[in-house]
Amino acid sequence: MDALETLSRTFLDFGAMVQVLPQLLRVGLLNTLIISVSATVIGIVLGMLLAICSISPTRWLRLPARAFTDLFRGLPAILTILLIGQGLARFSQEIFGPSPYPLGIFALSLISSAYIGEIFRAGIQSVEKGQLEACRALGMGYARAMALVVVPQGIRRVLPALVNQFIAIIKDSSLVYFLGLLVGERELFRVGQDAAVLSGNLSPLVAAGVFYLIITVPLTHLVNFIDERFRSGRRKATAPTSGLKEIEEMDNGVAVNTPAGVGH
Amino acid sequence: MSAKTSFDSKRRAPETGVPFQGASLELRNLSLAYGQIQVVRDMSLTVRPGTTTCIIGPSGSGKSTLLRGVNRLHEPASGDILVGGRSVLDDPPDALRRRVGMVFQHFNLFPDHTALDNVALAPWHVKGKGRKAARHLAMERLRDVGLEERSEHRPRDLSGGQQQRVAIARALAMEPEIMLFDEATSALDPELVKGVLDLMAGLGASGMTMLVVTHEMGFAKKVADQVVFMDEGEVVEVGEPERLFNDPQSPRLQRFLSEVL
Repeated sequence: MDALETLSRTFLDFGAMVQVLPQLLRVGLLNTLIISVSATVIGIVLGMLLAICSISPTRWLRLPARAFTDLFRGLPAILTILLIGQGLARFSQEIFGPSPYPLGIFALSLISSAYIGEIFRAGIQSVEKGQLEACRALGMGYARAMALVVVPQGIRRVLPALVNQFIAIIKDSSLVYFLGLLVGERELFRVGQDAAVLSGNLSPLVAAGVFYLIITVPLTHLVNFIDERFRSGRRKATAPTSGLKEIEEMDNGVAVNTPAGVGH
Repeated sequence: MSAKTSFDSKRRAPETGVPFQGASLELRNLSLAYGQIQVVRDMSLTVRPGTTTCIIGPSGSGKSTLLRGVNRLHEPASGDILVGGRSVLDDPPDALRRRVGMVFQHFNLFPDHTALDNVALAPWHVKGKGRKAARHLAMERLRDVGLEERSEHRPRDLSGGQQQRVAIARALAMEPEIMLFDEATSALDPELVKGVLDLMAGLGASGMTMLVVTHEMGFAKKVADQVVFMDEGEVVEVGEPERLFNDPQSPRLQRFLSEVL
């Protein structure tokens, strides 16, 4: 029984959890959301740019986009965050002041843009070639055809993957703590960890974990919901109909000169 | 043949009395290639204004590629294309495509848009008509193809035949001088084929210049002014349908007709 009690005191000390709760809510949750949402928004903008470059007919757009994607998708997130957070600190200081917070967001944005760019690229490339062709046949330029017809379809198809990516970013946002955040800038993990160190008890970290789950679990279900919905479409079940009705419809609606008995 | 037409009124050209003023189309020694492989070789063809030319031939003979060459979805390797007597190869391809409508085998409607928006999109964004004017125009074209009541349906809620008619309306909304049909009825259920063919025949009878790749020999026989038989990337035989179908000269056409008729 001793072991069980020790475990429960280590992980489930409600007193310690309640104590850290206000900070988790007011500081940790807020910062986690600020970091992940900004990194996702910037990542979506950069990612779209990357996707468009990487499918461009122009090699000089394609190659840099590929290199960028390979680099930031291939490196461990922590390495990128440290290199950027510390390496660019001097430049960032002039703009944002001493806090590494903006650089953390920037590093996460670069990482997420590499993934999101690939998601967008896959989505756009999954749109049938006939769509672009139909646009071109109507006299639309490439850029306009992509913007009006192809890209929106591609985005819609990858919404579930985008939500997944957002979940990954939320979790990765905990890595920003390596840059040494100010007290008011700490995200969920750091708040939990600080409290755990102070109290010599892991329960505050467990509480932080619960907060992550509160955000991520509903999102995973949202993914499933979106996925389901888009796979089955919004098409409502309809009563059986007849192709013959359609022929009547033609007869009523169309009044073009029609040579009798064309076709069959 | 009924004389009533909804393509009339405003669109009717007063001097000729036909609703469409199709342009002439001339291909001069046109060649199309995929890399090193020539798919269409040295093709010459004249389509008079307001007439219908059907292209028939076995699969892989280059019919569809030829059609895509005419509006430069496939850039010609050599030769010339003349619309209304003027070469179009020096102009930007988009300018040509605004004058030449195309209908695809698989419709290629925009699934996120309603039937009306499918038709209105190009007049709005390409021709620069206002949104309202474009939608008004689109509604008229949908009425022409008998789909006014389905204007708010999305493609997935329409049958294949209806989708293809929307696609025809979409091409017509750009007020083309020439219409290209690439096996427009090949993907349709049999009972829906006739409706689309009738619509196409109606367009032809209303003065549109049409180049039609088809496997519907009945259509070619009854509607075409001229039939082109292509095989292995070349024109093998050209003629009026009656002559071509009843008295084929080349062994290849004889063989082809014996297989399909």
